[in-house]
Amino acid sequence: MAEHQGLLPSERPLQLLDETGTPVDGSGLAMPDNRRLLEAYTSLVIGRRVNDQAGALVRQGRLAVYPSSHGQEACQTGAALALADGDWLFPTYRDTAAVIARGVDAVEVLTLLKGDWHAGYDPYAHNVAPQATPLATQLLHAVGVAHAARLRGEDTVVMALCGDGATSEGDFHEALNFAAVFKAPVVFFVQNNEYAISVPLARQSAAPSLAHKGVGYGVQGERVDGNDTAAVLAVLERAAESARSGGGPRLVEAHTYRMQAHTNADDDTRYRDSGEVDPWVERDPLTRMEKYLKRKRVLTKAKQAEITEAAEAVAAHMREGVAKDTDPEPAELFAHVFADPTPQLNEQAAFLADELSREGN
Amino acid sequence: MATEKLSMAQALNRALRDSLTEDPSVYVFGEDVGPLGGVFRITDGLTAEFGEDRCFDTPLAESGIVGMAVGMAMNGMRPVVEMQFDAFAYPAFEQIVSHVAKTRNRTRGRVGLPIVIRVPFAGGIGGVEHHCDSSEAYYAHTPGLKVVTPATPEDAYHLLREAIASPDPVVFMEPKKLYWAKEEVDFDHPAPPAMGKAVIRREGTDATLIAYGPSVPTALEAAEAAAQEGRSLQVVDVRSPVPFDDETVCAAVRSTGRAVVIAEASGYASVASEIVARVTERCFHSLAAPVRRVTGFDIPFPPPKLERYQLPGVDRILDAVDDLQWEDQ
Repeated sequence: MAEHQGLLPSERPLQLLDETGTPVDGSGLAMPDNRRLLEAYTSLVIGRRVNDQAGALVRQGRLAVYPSSHGQEACQTGAALALADGDWLFPTYRDTAAVIARGVDAVEVLTLLKGDWHAGYDPYAHNVAPQATPLATQLLHAVGVAHAARLRGEDTVVMALCGDGATSEGDFHEALNFAAVFKAPVVFFVQNNEYAISVPLARQSAAPSLAHKGVGYGVQGERVDGNDTAAVLAVLERAAESARSGGGPRLVEAHTYRMQAHTNADDDTRYRDSGEVDPWVERDPLTRMEKYLKRKRVLTKAKQAEITEAAEAVAAHMREGVAKDTDPEPAELFAHVFADPTPQLNEQAAFLADELSREGN
Repeated sequence: MATEKLSMAQALNRALRDSLTEDPSVYVFGEDVGPLGGVFRITDGLTAEFGEDRCFDTPLAESGIVGMAVGMAMNGMRPVVEMQFDAFAYPAFEQIVSHVAKTRNRTRGRVGLPIVIRVPFAGGIGGVEHHCDSSEAYYAHTPGLKVVTPATPEDAYHLLREAIASPDPVVFMEPKKLYWAKEEVDFDHPAPPAMGKAVIRREGTDATLIAYGPSVPTALEAAEAAAQEGRSLQVVDVRSPVPFDDETVCAAVRSTGRAVVIAEASGYASVASEIVARVTERCFHSLAAPVRRVTGFDIPFPPPKLERYQLPGVDRILDAVDDLQWEDQ
């Protein structure tokens, strides 16, 4: 077998559980243990609740907008759970559930969408970069964090998230290339949800799969069923361990589907039929994992109630935190442009303060 | 050793070497900066001396270079990256504008990015297209970036040391045509801060020439020529388009009452126009004449055989000085 063929992804996405929650041959991929799967299921339920609650908060006018990962919770869960404490996560705007699963406070995450500031959480508190709005730019930052760690001899792994649309951006390709050349411990995790706002995958790429893009950079590509939480977790953990032990970067493509519109401001009836969405309901990552865990008697009624309660607590925290009327301080606008404001910024801050005082504020 | 005669290129090399020696978090990378030492030899010998972890070649992709620098800076390092030429830095524009400049503000001050982006810039070397742009206005217009440019070897050394030590990102614009100009450089005396500080290069009483980077020697030449004709011109070297030193520049203009701003970049929406606006707003009642500009025309940078028509020269500067309404005196 030619060396490059080892870099090519499998013909079909890897799977551990089929749509009915029945175990299938994982082509050498090991099933995570029950404790781990229960942990993942808890995260799935919380992720779904976070998505639903955030959507409701938009409808109530409390959040400006929310790009939901409804239907992609297996990917959100896998990305967060595959990492160790010292590792880094580089999320996008659609990865709010992953950021919360990593431990960041849900209300702090929503600061951006609430409009109080741009990034509301401390990236160093949980090693979670600010959610990236420009596409693919964060992948290079992930390479930089990983390269710095490698130079210092640390065993940090960086999980860099993006969507199918972002694989068309130049920075996606530069990031894969840099990571491969420098053997940077990065797991590039593409959630292929079939749409970039309104543009379907076929207009994004003519490659056999997005994971095939790795071979051009000497990066191993892998494909996984993005709605199979067990498989996503297993593939990402394997990729992370490979990166951690000096194996360099890996490119993982999860095949999933964006169940809702791009954001609440989008009208997806203009570009897709509901008939296209319906089959994906059957493939819902929550029901699949639930069926498996119930059959294995790992998910008891008591445990289920406990998980629901935990998810409701997160939702209540979101409602309470977001409902609080906050009044961001205008003086702060000048405070963080530089470590120390320039004389010009001090003048402008004084100008605004004076304007506000004359308005009687 | 108190002083040593060095070219600007050698002074920059010395600054990188001293920063690499003193601060283990400094990393130098870019295209051809390793064994070759950079196309202008600014990184000459650094890989041999500090190893290929500290000074290394990257794949040929400017957005990749700057994007990786962002991540390294997030993770405790001080990257110093080289953009090979002014116009070759444009692929990195999104990384610079959307991330290098804004990350501190985005994160409420939690994530600062101490990155230096070195950009050899401007003309005067007979370079072909894409090698002679004066791109400083793009960066100066972007909140969150400091933009500095040395005009002498001594400033090159101290400004670069200061830029590397800065907690904020600095776009360090190096005037290519001055790389080989030599002067005595004093390393021993700690230099007063140059970022954010303009400096008077020549005293004068009749009018003030305001210039930066490659235009400073031209302004000094013009002042020398004017002196032969009995006119005393003061020369201010801005050094730091951002942050701008209003105090020094305005005090200078008030002392003479007349000013000409000189820059190679096209004049429309430029650093030069900003300086004229600031000086006019602040010094209006001290001015005997409108502040004039001598800048490049609003044309793409010309081919080598025509570049002399684009570059501010002594005659054009003296003509502008002649236009400063002396008849009212």
